[in-house]
Amino acid sequence: MKIALTSLFVDDQRAALAFYTEVLGFTKRHDIPLGDDFWLTVVSPDSPDGPELLLEPSGHPAVKPYRDALVEDGIPLAQFSVDDIEAEHARLTGKGVVFTQPPTDIGTAVVAVFDDTCGNLIQLIEMKAPDQRADAR
Amino acid sequence: MVDVFRALDDETRRLVLDELSARDGQTLFEICSVLTMRHGLSLTRQAISQHLGVLESAGLVVTERRGRSKFHYFNPEPLAEITGRWPTRKRTEQ
Repeated sequence: MKIALTSLFVDDQRAALAFYTEVLGFTKRHDIPLGDDFWLTVVSPDSPDGPELLLEPSGHPAVKPYRDALVEDGIPLAQFSVDDIEAEHARLTGKGVVFTQPPTDIGTAVVAVFDDTCGNLIQLIEMKAPDQRADAR
Repeated sequence: MVDVFRALDDETRRLVLDELSARDGQTLFEICSVLTMRHGLSLTRQAISQHLGVLESAGLVVTERRGRSKFHYFNPEPLAEITGRWPTRKRTEQ
């Protein structure tokens, strides 16, 4: 069994597509009209056949209270891995992305959290090489 | 002042203040991940939230909403009351 697709609720699918492709740098995979909405997915250019992220409409009434409560406590709904978190933090901040948590060393990794402008918080993670971990010193 | 001493009489709450004084303005999620990963504490998010409530009612932590998230800040003023009442000074020999 493999994880082929996971989803995030987004407030506006077109705005979400712009953010996830133009700002974050993902690639559009599917964009299929479904009634008033779209089956809209993106993939990482590093793994075009890898897991897809479905940018799902947030119209269901359960979505708002669920996300409001998580965002209030700063809880991210997805995690993307990067090679250089400081560079990504600088690049995204330069594009106006707001971080609720700047790059933070947590021992085995460095993590940060940003607002995806579509209603979600997203965590970035840069895993440390084993010899760079605080617990290895 | 009773609330302040009660709030400080707990290692987890003292660690929360350590972490906030090192980097002020953290979400509940960030405080939880730092306590788990840096200090090896395996507390539930709910337990940490209750600790933050104790610190907040003692005035040692204040919260502020920025955007849609809530951030926690260390407020040292109640501690200044302690040193104001019992100032540090050198012992004078009689």
